[in-house]
Amino acid sequence: MAVIRDVMPVFELYQPASIDDAIKLLDKHGADALVLAGGLDSMDWLKDRLKKPKAVVDLGQIKELKGIKETNGGLEIGAMTPLSEIVRHPVVREKFSLLMEAAELVASPQIRNQGTLGGNVSQDTRCWYYRGGWTCYRAGGNICYADTPTSVNREHAIFDADRCVAVNPSDTAPALVALDASMVIRGPKGERIVPAEDYWIGPGIDITRMNVLAPNEILTAIRIPPTMAGAQFYFEKVRDRQVWDFALVNVASAIVVSGEKIVKARMVVNAVAATPRRLKNVETLIIGKARNEETADMAGKLAVEGAETLRHNAYKVPLMRNLVKRAIRGAGATWTS
Amino acid sequence: MRFTLNGTFRRIDAHPLKRLLDVLREDCALTGTKEGCGEGECGACTVLVDGAPVNSCLVPIAQINGARVTTIEGLRGRHPLQHAFVEHGGAQCGICTPGMILAAVALGKKPTLDQMKVGLAGNLCRCTGYSAIYRSIDAVTSTARRNRGDRKDREARSGSRTKKPRTRAGVTR
Ligand SMILES: Cc1cc2nc3c(=O)[nH]c(=O)nc-3n(C[C@H](O)[C@H](O)[C@H](O)COP(=O)(O)OP(=O)(O)OC[C@H]3O[C@@H](n4cnc5c(N)ncnc54)[C@H](O)[C@@H]3O)c2cc1C
Ligand code: SF4
Ligand code: FES
Ligand code: FES
Repeated sequence: MAVIRDVMPVFELYQPASIDDAIKLLDKHGADALVLAGGLDSMDWLKDRLKKPKAVVDLGQIKELKGIKETNGGLEIGAMTPLSEIVRHPVVREKFSLLMEAAELVASPQIRNQGTLGGNVSQDTRCWYYRGGWTCYRAGGNICYADTPTSVNREHAIFDADRCVAVNPSDTAPALVALDASMVIRGPKGERIVPAEDYWIGPGIDITRMNVLAPNEILTAIRIPPTMAGAQFYFEKVRDRQVWDFALVNVASAIVVSGEKIVKARMVVNAVAATPRRLKNVETLIIGKARNEETADMAGKLAVEGAETLRHNAYKVPLMRNLVKRAIRGAGATWTS
Repeated sequence: MRFTLNGTFRRIDAHPLKRLLDVLREDCALTGTKEGCGEGECGACTVLVDGAPVNSCLVPIAQINGARVTTIEGLRGRHPLQHAFVEHGGAQCGICTPGMILAAVALGKKPTLDQMKVGLAGNLCRCTGYSAIYRSIDAVTSTARRNRGDRKDREARSGSRTKKPRTRAGVTR
């Protein structure tokens, strides 16, 4: 518990050994505290002095937050489990390979060794105006620098913008929604379970945060039920370069087929809005249909209905349409469009 | 903060969120670890923590308490990869080289070209165009093969390897 006076701004660092202690600290410090997981996102903010917490609570010493447990056909993944451990886990690979693919496409090996699943789903947006320290709406100001006539907004949102046009950059988030996962959250009043698809919130609800966590809560685990175990999975991430990079758009889908017909489907796209976008209308449309070109076409069109583009991101509309089509054709199909 | 650095126990008094990179360079005077971007993008600062490559520019020292850290100095200039990089042009300006070699060490014994590409995806090099790096890594495997003489062919056919994994600088390869 050192008071720090060095390159970083002054704050106290806590390394609690249990979830309960972490919650007590967060409850005491409220909005003045910052949770530190792998630190890949948080360190940037601290180094650049853009977030100035009074207390930093490092979850690294809490053993109960690490590791993967099997639970009645499903899995419970501790929030502090590194992405590389998830990629290697035999049950993830065998039954929930969608998550393996998503996690494996996150950044570089170095980052996957250190970045945690809890941090990956809770990371802040990568909008560079915001990360560059501009006092935009999300930072408490009253303008969006990414949505002006001269803005560079190639990476920004095509859905559900509300003043802020930033997107959620996580690759594992859409996979978890497609797997029907739920988030286990602990606060001073106990535990609450939130379905993955309700974990993230858009700027219309709260422009300063990306998820439902209150300042005195932590994400303790992610539960994956057996619902989609062994389904036909499809994950694809399009980025500017073939080595590590954030997604321009990614798609995650889990489809169960019986007798040539789709009987169950969950389809999710990320990096198009501030929250992963579950395509419920597409899911309803494709139930009872075959996994063929015709279904893919209809689904692709429906998926992008209502998209609103900015000056430089109109390409995201055909990109998303094509990714949805590919997801429906499934792995191994010829990719034409 | 206590940790094992290149096989030696170290105790460092530093700001707990000081970057491992700065602790290595400033507090431990090991300047082999380089800073490129400081943001996790280039991999120049790669070191091994408990055998796994991480970007030391994004690791606060508080998080490596009790861990085993290996830097390029830990290979003591004697690692076959270090010779191969010199011999086969895997290093030009050299800023990426320490990180590149440590990431390559973590690839294990006989990486395929694809494994090299994926395993080194987080290490940028502006000079070599990567081919010379892949060649250098491959050369280590082929030298090892040559030294094993005609056993090589038998092993390649049967798919088995008789050599035990070696431990060097605290890294089981
Ligand atoms: C160069 C680079 C490239 C990247 N590329 C990609 C990419 O292609 N795809 C991708 O998906 N990600 C990418 N990332 C993000 C990376 O995957 C990290 O996993 C992620 O930023 C955060 O993980 P972390 O464990 O370091 O969390 P931290 O940085 O420690 O935390 C992130 C945020 O979540 C909060 N938080 C973390 N854990 C908890 C918890 N248990 N309870 C409550 N709050 C919590 C923290 O307070 C913080 O606000 C990249 C990051 C970098 C630096
Ligand atoms: S998109 Fe959001 S985060 Fe980016 S500048 Fe606009 S308000 Fe800020
Ligand atoms: S300096 Fe650490 S990744 Fe570039
Ligand atoms: S040798 Fe110069 S960057 Fe790789």
